Amino acid sequence: MIWIFLLLLIAFAVLAYVAGRALAVRRSRGAKSHSRPGQHGLYALSWVGAPALAMLIAASVFSTSIEQQMMRAGAPDSVAQLEPFRREAFFADARLVGAGQEARQIWPAPYAEDLPAEGRRAHRIAATLNWGGGVAALIAAVLGGLFVFTRIRPDLRARNKVEGWITGVLFACSAVAVLTTLGIIFSLVIDSLRFFSMVPITEFLFGTKWSPQIAIRADQVGSSGAFGAVPLFAGTFLIMAIAMAVAAPIGLFSAVYLSEYSGKKTRAMVKPALEVLAGVPTVVYGFFAALTVGPALRVFFNGIGDMLIGGPLNGLGIYLSLVQNQMALVAGAVMGIMLIPFVSSLSDDILNAVPQSLRDGSYAMGATKSETIKKVLLPAALPGVAGALLLAVSRAIGETMIVTMAAGLAAKLTLNPLETVTTVTVQIVTLLTGDQEFNSPKTLAAFGLGLTLFVVTLLLNIVAMRIVQAYREQYD
Amino acid sequence: MKSRIFRAPEGSSTGGASEAATLSTAPAVGAHASAPLGPIKIAARDVSVFYGEKQALFDVSLEIPDKTVTALIGPSGCGKSTFLRTMNRMNDTIPGTRVTGRIEMDGEDINDRKIDPVLLRAQVGMVFQKPNPFPKSIYENVAYGPKIHGLASTKGEMDEIVQKSLKRAGLWDEVADRLHSPGTGLSGGQQQRLVIARAIAVEPEVILMDEPCSALDPIATAKIEELIDELRERYCIVIVTHSMAQAARVSQRTAFFHMGKLVETGDTEEIFTNPRERRTLDYITGRFG
Repeated sequence: MIWIFLLLLIAFAVLAYVAGRALAVRRSRGAKSHSRPGQHGLYALSWVGAPALAMLIAASVFSTSIEQQMMRAGAPDSVAQLEPFRREAFFADARLVGAGQEARQIWPAPYAEDLPAEGRRAHRIAATLNWGGGVAALIAAVLGGLFVFTRIRPDLRARNKVEGWITGVLFACSAVAVLTTLGIIFSLVIDSLRFFSMVPITEFLFGTKWSPQIAIRADQVGSSGAFGAVPLFAGTFLIMAIAMAVAAPIGLFSAVYLSEYSGKKTRAMVKPALEVLAGVPTVVYGFFAALTVGPALRVFFNGIGDMLIGGPLNGLGIYLSLVQNQMALVAGAVMGIMLIPFVSSLSDDILNAVPQSLRDGSYAMGATKSETIKKVLLPAALPGVAGALLLAVSRAIGETMIVTMAAGLAAKLTLNPLETVTTVTVQIVTLLTGDQEFNSPKTLAAFGLGLTLFVVTLLLNIVAMRIVQAYREQYD
Repeated sequence: MKSRIFRAPEGSSTGGASEAATLSTAPAVGAHASAPLGPIKIAARDVSVFYGEKQALFDVSLEIPDKTVTALIGPSGCGKSTFLRTMNRMNDTIPGTRVTGRIEMDGEDINDRKIDPVLLRAQVGMVFQKPNPFPKSIYENVAYGPKIHGLASTKGEMDEIVQKSLKRAGLWDEVADRLHSPGTGLSGGQQQRLVIARAIAVEPEVILMDEPCSALDPIATAKIEELIDELRERYCIVIVTHSMAQAARVSQRTAFFHMGKLVETGDTEEIFTNPRERRTLDYITGRFG
């Protein structure tokens, strides 16, 4: 329904442009016009299109809640007395019936009789709202048109006004991103607050036992649930540390090679290859970790363990021979590989920003290339590189797919890279997949974790951006 | 007269002093011009430089005496900086650069395979257009070269080298109490003297200066020029400059480059008062460039 109005609206807008243009030409006959006819046309288009569009958007945003209000207000007594979620289910079925479809469930005696009538009522309400919105939009377009067509005169500064409209449109677009972020933060905070009203925040932040499974019914055998997130933080930290141990040196050194040693040809081949690596979806890295690296490392450690069994290191041997596919080392190492292009391309930019004059100065002192890099280039680039590494850390902390597939699910408080650990992101995934009861602390815990993750990565990003920014200014 | 370009410098030192006084339009000529010139330190023979396909320098032959300031002048893009950079093989660091001809330092071809450019550059210091102190402390900047080349075995020796170099560069009095603050925090003129101190800390024999004052104000420039004149007692100095007044003030020998060719060379007084070539005259009187 709304599409018809949208098409109508576009037609109106085009018409407004043409009319505005023609009007400007006619009214400026003889006099010198401030703006060109096309600009008058655009001005008219804005005043016809924008209010109508705003009206349509407002109608589609608010119509759902208005419809619910109206359904509730006019409902028969028997329906009005239902518990809220049963009542909403009845209205949902009424809507289906009104639209000519089957009801989803079978309603008992008093409700079954009401259903067809309520269906017709739902249909009427929906139609009224649709038409109401559309007509309101058209009225807005007409009013806007009346306003603008009386104003088109040779001395109207349509050119400047169109500029104002364009600024407005651009601002609206950027506002969408900002408002979305604010909305996300808002919903995170609200649901986290609900979680923290059930589980004390101190228990969440400092508790060492994580076991979110809660008995749903009283007779179920299940733990009462424990929401100490420390094991998750430890697992996240462990995997991040392993990933950075892989990504930081390799990424940095490959950046040094690319920016200082490689010839044009090598650079032309290696840089795109690294960028391809950066474009591989993380789920593919996940496969690679779970199906290739994990088994390979397991075989490797089991082999060593088998050799040690019976020897002086018998205990270690037994432990190693029982190592499983899923371990922190696998997830961390593969995540490190994922981060290499990220670190190296940022560091490459940073090294290139170090002025050539510093290199020349060092070479002219009789320093070799590696001496120059070690003693002049890297110290000069250090703040920027630190910023790049912090950005990589924040990505490692937020990375989900690889750890979900390769790190395991057991929330163990350990720093042993051969153990299976779990991370904040993995737990969010497991808490929110499948059927969930929305009010249980188990589900809401995901928001608590999400908020923690958000705050940590936000702080990391702010610090990193500051460092990189300060570094750039130093040499600009 | 062509042979005068290559003549031995010993007999030429007092060339045109009397003419200098008679020509009031010429820039003031250095008061030290009559000091005796040292023996030939660097001799370039038919040096050409190519950047890829483009030839930047055409068969330049020039002799540079020791304990003397030699100025290379000429309009932008004339090849004077390129020539300067052949003398410590800095052109090697630019990919695609090719140098032909011979450049002898103390009779040895510096482009010979036996010569390690890295060691050569310790012997031939260089000061650049824009002061380029490393982002380290003043002390560390000066100690950089000695550290790389292992010139000091104890902290005391290093302190001594740093102090001596800063004194020679005329910077000691200004920075003695803040040796460990960053070198980039100094003023432009101080930074330039710091990099000169850095260059002389490795005891070079030759110092190349590529427009060392072009980024400085007149007072800082005057200080650097004074310093160059003092350094002349110990080093062979080659300076590229855009300012003819500066060439006249600080140098004893001048070489004029144009379009990648060496047009004329001789005692500074003579070049500025009585040039043999028309193009030199046009350039120094400001008709082009």
